[in-house]
Amino acid sequence: MRLALIGIYTLWLRDVTRFVRDKPRIISSSVQPLLWLFVLGLGLSTAFVRGGGGSDYLRFIYPGIISMSILFTSIFSGVSIIWDREFGFLKEVLVAPIPRWSVAVGRALGGSTVAVMQGTIILLFAPVVGLKFTALQLIFAFLIMFMIAFSMTSFGILIAARMHTHEGFQVVVNFVLLPMFFLSGAMFPTQKGLPAWMHALVDIDPLSYGVDALRQVLVGSWVHPVWLDIAVVACFGAVALAIGVWYFERTE
Amino acid sequence: MLCTLLRPTGGRATVNSFDVAKGKLAVRKSIGLVFQDPSLDERLTALENLRFHGMIYGIPRHERERRIAEVLELVELSERQRDLVRTFSGGMKRRLEIARGLLHRPKVLFLDEPTLGLDPQTRHHIWEYINQLRTDEGLTIFLTTHYMDEAEHCGRIAIIDHGELIAMDTPNKLKEGIGGDVIMLLTEDNGRAAREIAEKFNVEAKELNGELSLQVESGDHFMPILIKTLETRVTSISLRRPTLEDVFLHLTGRKIRDEKVEGWDQLRSRVRSKRRRAR
Repeated sequence: MRLALIGIYTLWLRDVTRFVRDKPRIISSSVQPLLWLFVLGLGLSTAFVRGGGGSDYLRFIYPGIISMSILFTSIFSGVSIIWDREFGFLKEVLVAPIPRWSVAVGRALGGSTVAVMQGTIILLFAPVVGLKFTALQLIFAFLIMFMIAFSMTSFGILIAARMHTHEGFQVVVNFVLLPMFFLSGAMFPTQKGLPAWMHALVDIDPLSYGVDALRQVLVGSWVHPVWLDIAVVACFGAVALAIGVWYFERTE
Repeated sequence: MLCTLLRPTGGRATVNSFDVAKGKLAVRKSIGLVFQDPSLDERLTALENLRFHGMIYGIPRHERERRIAEVLELVELSERQRDLVRTFSGGMKRRLEIARGLLHRPKVLFLDEPTLGLDPQTRHHIWEYINQLRTDEGLTIFLTTHYMDEAEHCGRIAIIDHGELIAMDTPNKLKEGIGGDVIMLLTEDNGRAAREIAEKFNVEAKELNGELSLQVESGDHFMPILIKTLETRVTSISLRRPTLEDVFLHLTGRKIRDEKVEGWDQLRSRVRSKRRRAR
């Protein structure tokens, strides 16, 4: 058990060290969500005003953009195991005297920490959007952000376990990342007016529940009760991690 | 398999008296590994790579820092310890990997082609370290190599061809095994000369790189007779004591083939040699 904890901590520390060191990466991965938020968000909000919607489109997408930032960082972190495999570093980890599952858990925690940090950068822009939070709101927001991050990193690890070269990476972006983001309700309301097939897809997208929970805490509007949101995100993460660990244990 | 990366398909093996199938973690603690392909985190510094290693091998902080300084000194990388591994040359990376493999004081050090693709100077350096370690730290070294001169220093050598163990002994025993000296012969018609040698002396001559090579017991006496008897004109002739290369050729019947090298886990036919602690 002690070995496992050491393994988890070490792998976590490695992710965080690498993240903090790479300032250009932090900036460039913050730019994209900010573009979505302020350029696309402001642009679309005029359309919403004309369509009779409120002027708070920006506030509506704000939790969605935080989730997007977390989603991208998490999945990339998880999938980065493929790079470790290609650059050989994974071997160093696999022959170490620590249990395999602790490697997967350590990476999941490291990736989630990094993703939460990315999400926090967007959270700092709350005043610009015109939002103010209480301490309690922030605590809940961080908890939910962490849960989204953890389950998405685990999902990334699961993808990496089944993918052996980085060539499939673009496939993951197109077939997993973007659909998950678009269908999550991050950019538009999903309660009504959608075609049935799309509604069904929204319902099976685990990120929908994460966005919904975060929106409830930060802005106060929701589709599902928060306990359901949290339960879905947690279950998805746990299952993804369990399968990921299972593959990892069998890696030779 | 011995490093617990592959599951044994059958049989039993122990490293440092731990079973490789049942005592995985204990085996992993007793061995140090230097892979053929780099396995460092290039986005961390040399120091961080070593710290990472020290941590996952459970070395207490105080001892870890001391030991890191020691191994960095050993491979002469102390001055570059705060640089990102990305900026290192191939030789420096390999040295760092050796340092890392030694950090947790393993009982057995596995080296998979430790000098592949390195320039002669670095190669020489690395061998100095390895030989020094072997005598100073009493380490058992298990290495695979392409270079026969590297295998020469080993305590015991195992030759594997097409995934099968075909010989295992000390270098001297192996050399004795092929029977005497090696005569290299260049003639005007190698094919004809080979047939002649087979007929007249009942010795098999193998052709390689345009030269004939044959093994005879006392080459110095045999050479004059050979030249006198052969009807094919001899252009040049030389005599030498057998090398491991001859042993390899004798046993496998050919030069080491150029094969695509992919990784530790691939089954390859090549010399696997074992260095034993010099007692």
